[in-house]
Amino acid sequence: MTDRPRDIAGPLGTLSGWGRYPRAESRILRAEAPDRLPGLVAAGTDYVARGNGRAYGDAAIGLHQTVLMRRLDRFRGFDPDSGRLTVEAGVLLADILDVVVPRGFFPFVVPGTRLVTVGGMIAADVHGKNHHREGGFGDHLDALTLLLPDGRPLRCSREDNPELFTATVGGMGLTGLIVDATFRLRPIESGWIRQETEVATNLSGLVAALDRSAEATYCVAWIDCQSRGGHLGRGLVFRGEHASAAECAGLAPPRAAGRAAVPVPVDMPSWTLNPLTVGAFNALYHRRGAAAARRPAYVPWRQYFFPLDGLSDWNRLYGRRGFVQHQCVIPPGSAQPVLAEILERVARLGSASPLAVLKRLGPGSGLLSFPMDGYTLALDLPANAAALALLDEIDRLVVPAGGRLYLAKDSRQTRATFEAGYPGLGEFRRLRHAIGAERRLTSHLSARLGV
Amino acid sequence: MAGRKTLLLVGATSDIGRAVASRYAREGWAIVLTARDPSAARRDTDDLSVRTGEPVAVLPLDVLALDTLAAFVDALPVLPDTVVCVVGELGDQNRAEADPEHAARVMATNYLGPSLLLGILADRFAARGHGTIVGVSSVAGDRGRGSNYVYGSAKAGFTAFLSGLRNRLARGPVRVVTVKPGFVRTRMTQALSLPPLLTAEPAEVGAAIYAAAERGRADVVYVRPVWRLVMAIIRAIPEPIFKRLRL
Ligand SMILES: Cc1cc2nc3c(=O)[nH]c(=O)nc-3n(C[C@H](O)[C@H](O)[C@H](O)COP(=O)(O)OP(=O)(O)OC[C@H]3O[C@@H](n4cnc5c(N)ncnc54)[C@H](O)[C@@H]3O)c2cc1C
Ligand SMILES: NC(=O)c1ccc[n+]([C@@H]2O[C@H](COP(=O)([O-])OP(=O)(O)OC[C@H]3O[C@@H](n4cnc5c(N)ncnc54)[C@H](OP(=O)(O)O)[C@@H]3O)[C@@H](O)[C@H]2O)c1
Repeated sequence: MTDRPRDIAGPLGTLSGWGRYPRAESRILRAEAPDRLPGLVAAGTDYVARGNGRAYGDAAIGLHQTVLMRRLDRFRGFDPDSGRLTVEAGVLLADILDVVVPRGFFPFVVPGTRLVTVGGMIAADVHGKNHHREGGFGDHLDALTLLLPDGRPLRCSREDNPELFTATVGGMGLTGLIVDATFRLRPIESGWIRQETEVATNLSGLVAALDRSAEATYCVAWIDCQSRGGHLGRGLVFRGEHASAAECAGLAPPRAAGRAAVPVPVDMPSWTLNPLTVGAFNALYHRRGAAAARRPAYVPWRQYFFPLDGLSDWNRLYGRRGFVQHQCVIPPGSAQPVLAEILERVARLGSASPLAVLKRLGPGSGLLSFPMDGYTLALDLPANAAALALLDEIDRLVVPAGGRLYLAKDSRQTRATFEAGYPGLGEFRRLRHAIGAERRLTSHLSARLGV
Repeated sequence: MAGRKTLLLVGATSDIGRAVASRYAREGWAIVLTARDPSAARRDTDDLSVRTGEPVAVLPLDVLALDTLAAFVDALPVLPDTVVCVVGELGDQNRAEADPEHAARVMATNYLGPSLLLGILADRFAARGHGTIVGVSSVAGDRGRGSNYVYGSAKAGFTAFLSGLRNRLARGPVRVVTVKPGFVRTRMTQALSLPPLLTAEPAEVGAAIYAAAERGRADVVYVRPVWRLVMAIIRAIPEPIFKRLRL
């Protein structure tokens, strides 16, 4: 990699993921139109696609070049009879929702932010609050066009080039540029979600409540990271159902356009995250949820699925140093004791985020898809030495339990952790070799982990 | 559908134009588009028809073919309620200094064509008794700067034309709105590195145009209000000082 040509097109830019850690330089190329992509990547070396940069770590930073896909943002076709939508890969989920919700459709799978591209959702095989029932984004994908490293566009589906299809779903951009995709939407009768909240006073109560909710369309648990001892793992379980037209007849339709997000203008100083502030936030949230327990509430879809999108650039709340998100999944057998141990250590650190989230996952469908049968825990931590040391400790709990870490959130796991967690890696590497992706398609993540 | 309003968007392949059309479509307007080459614009027009949920009409139009403009307006399937013209070309200032043909095209694309077309539509709107004219000009027309005065002077001409048209029609039912977007992240500006606080997304411009033309009463719209201040300062600098600045 020392002899990479330095004169190849593209101005140098400094990129980072949503966590703003790490940052790295890369030459910036822009995808302008599908038919111009082959020319764009003809001389490409060590490049990777970048969607909307919402992966937290280094997945969307090319080792040498980064191809910005956002300008491939055209809708291609929609068939209301089958609910099939075809779009270019740079289209934002936010735009899809604006178009399809008023027509009575909703994607089967949405992540916790609307500000992601279709390419990014496929490459990370994103999961929502319903993975236990509906699987990941890839499970509702019919077909995609993949631009191979040699510049050839290839149609991939479960019938055509199925190996490449399975590798591209969850493949973190390392099989080629996703140019367009066709996927299915579900019909909905209203834009409202009927939400039920249940309080759990400790971890086993929380896990039991999640298990009891397996029939719910959506389900997610929030954990108060500050409490320890008998209250370790206390939290709230939120269940959600798309409300029928009849039950929300009296409610006004959720506002179509919504207010523009309020930006966080400057980097907040790091003390924003001190244990006091976070503790206060946690307690407040907890009380409010407890009061609403078991009384169903009708929540507009935006607020239900994307609460953080109301505050744009909230990643700046963590200050200039940035932050890391850690998301692991632990198989059901060992989940409770391992989760308890993780939460205990996080509580001891004291500077954990207010946002610890626990969800139930089912088996994944892509070769490198993150989801597997188990419980997934997501934590935000400031990117400082103490927190990073703690995450290394946590990984040493996850690996023996047979778990793995989510690549879309990762900026720091070791190769050993990665290799232990992803048994499909060998086959993924063979496939990359077969399509000539080595030394052509390389992100900082793939170089770091030796994909 | 009775009472449904129609937008004529001149310049369907423009990123700003697509955002304007999406915004109007979301409010239930029927959309008629123009493109120099409708078949080359398929990607954009298909996009709009999926977003709007219905086929959108695309008419061929080259605003530099000045003698075809009146016939184009006569042949419109319906006289629109609002026309938004986003046609423009940034061009290359260095090239324009050396190549009069290039300079003339930039001047004509930003000034002559859009002005004459909107002038004709304004007369038809006045004769009918209502209508709104929206011209997308530029802050570059507020004062000529060394780095882009060929484009800027043409936009200045367009801004003056719109201002005069508005003045002439002010006592009647036709509104004229001048839009100065400031920096916008589009195909036109992708090679430039733009200051984030001064740079709007196309969707912001679409929303600002819809709000100004259909909801508000503003005559001149700066999409991000900070630009009004920036340009007031730039216009206030005395020429002996201004001429020495590298802008
Ligand atoms: C607030 C927040 C909440 C989130 N919640 C969830 C959640 O609930 N569930 C979940 O699963 N994820 C979640 N995520 C993670 C996010 O959904 C993924 O990281 C997603 O991949 C981001 O999409 P993007 O378009 O921003 O892609 P980027 O971050 O730009 O890229 C992510 C990966 O996709 C690849 N990629 C992007 N576009 C293409 C393309 N056209 N062709 C090939 N490869 C491509 C990149 O190379 C990279 O490896 C969340 C992120 C945030 C910031
Ligand atoms: N982007 C900015 O930062 C910015 C800032 C201030 C003002 N503006 C103005 O905003 C408007 C739109 O800008 P944009 O960024 O969206 O630019 P763009 O994508 O380059 O769009 C320019 C449009 O003008 C059309 N056009 C050019 N010559 C034409 C002709 N002779 N006849 C008919 N149509 C013609 C183009 O159509 P073809 O596809 O046929 O070429 C295209 O649709 C322009 O007037 C621009 O000057 C832009």
